Amino acid sequence: MDILTIFVAAILVNNYVLYYFLGICPFLGVSKKLDSALSMGMAVTFVMTLTAVASWMINHWILIPFGLDYLQIVSFILVIASLVQLVEMFIRKMSPPLYQALGIYLPLITTNCAIMGLALLASLKGYGFIETVVFGIGSGLGFTLAIVLMAGIREQLDLADVPKPLKGAGIALIVAGIMALAFSGFSGMIK
Amino acid sequence: MTDILIPILTMGLLGLLLSIGLSIAYRKLKVEEDPKVEKIYELLPQINCGACGYSGCRPFAEAVAKGEAEPNGCTVGGDEVAQEIADIMGTEAGKTVKKVARIHCRGTKEAALDKGVYLGVTTCQAAHILGGNKQCPYGCLGYGDCVDSCPFDAMAMGEDGLPIVFEEKCTACGECVKACPRDIIDLQPITQNVMVFCRSHTGTAARKVCKNACFACGICVKACPEAITLENNLAVIKDYKKIAPEKIPAIEKCPTNAIGRIKKEENHEG
Repeated sequence: MDILTIFVAAILVNNYVLYYFLGICPFLGVSKKLDSALSMGMAVTFVMTLTAVASWMINHWILIPFGLDYLQIVSFILVIASLVQLVEMFIRKMSPPLYQALGIYLPLITTNCAIMGLALLASLKGYGFIETVVFGIGSGLGFTLAIVLMAGIREQLDLADVPKPLKGAGIALIVAGIMALAFSGFSGMIK
Repeated sequence: MTDILIPILTMGLLGLLLSIGLSIAYRKLKVEEDPKVEKIYELLPQINCGACGYSGCRPFAEAVAKGEAEPNGCTVGGDEVAQEIADIMGTEAGKTVKKVARIHCRGTKEAALDKGVYLGVTTCQAAHILGGNKQCPYGCLGYGDCVDSCPFDAMAMGEDGLPIVFEEKCTACGECVKACPRDIIDLQPITQNVMVFCRSHTGTAARKVCKNACFACGICVKACPEAITLENNLAVIKDYKKIAPEKIPAIEKCPTNAIGRIKKEENHEG
């Protein structure tokens, strides 16, 4: 599989949110406003890319040579948590309003299943270093695409005449379902 | 032995490296937040009512710490909080006069005539949209939207069909003012004990639908012309401070009790 295929597959075909259903909580939680959704997407992309790099290095330089494959999950958690901590400090310093806007969802990137899923999937698929990095960037962009699309739709939905029982979470989940349906059109394009 | 040692060492080293990295990053990226903000924020009631004019308690705390807002801006916290905030800021608190909600209607069940029997949704908002259940288009509808809106349990619906304010609990957050579709509640200093209990602008017609309506006879204006005027068929107290205490009995000669002192049963003072 060449690099481009991995990249496109991660964004569209095997989209983390809409195909694997990973990382749903920020997808629904931070998708009320377009700009904070975009920032969330960027933060997740950043963490995903670094996670891909760090988890590959740990996996190939430490875990596999010492035969410690069974420590994969715990070491990945350690790396992801540290990276998120770093991102949190960085955002708090650089943009307090963004820090406020992302709120609890920022530290929750730590346990974002999309990121853990990325680290485990990359090792499962046996990608090389470059492939892993591209896979990480692609996955992050795929997440960003999904959350930004969702935020765009939800901003429009605020003005729409939604039946009362479906307001808020109800219509958001319906929209997510329809988006997943639309993205399922890509499935099967890449084996 | 090495089977256990190697994993322990690797994980230990990994943890050590990451924590060193993080502590260096923390040094570089530390945010210097004004410690006053946190202290002031803790003093505030933290209900984010917005009565101070800021979107919540936190922005207000930040504004005070920056010197943009006065320490006594929080009406809910009152004098006590203002004093503590002023202590933190090292300035004078200034005196806050406690404000309370006052209801400008005496249209009790007996006094104000009903239009008919209202069987709709029992909120003032709904009744108001349908024109109200009372003949007076300005009076209290009596379904207690204000009582429901009060976050401090400082209001109750009286037996006469008018809401009661418990002044010791009222914090002047203004929720009831917003909730009332007829706009008959406002916030007044607690020291102000004379007020107009009517909002009707229909003049003599008002008397036909409510025994306690102001119908602009002008007796109160004659009693105290420097403070009271008639505006659009309604007595208005322009400057409460100009009402001399000895003039109050003359003002209370009002034939319909639409102006005068606040009675205990209307506003409970603590």
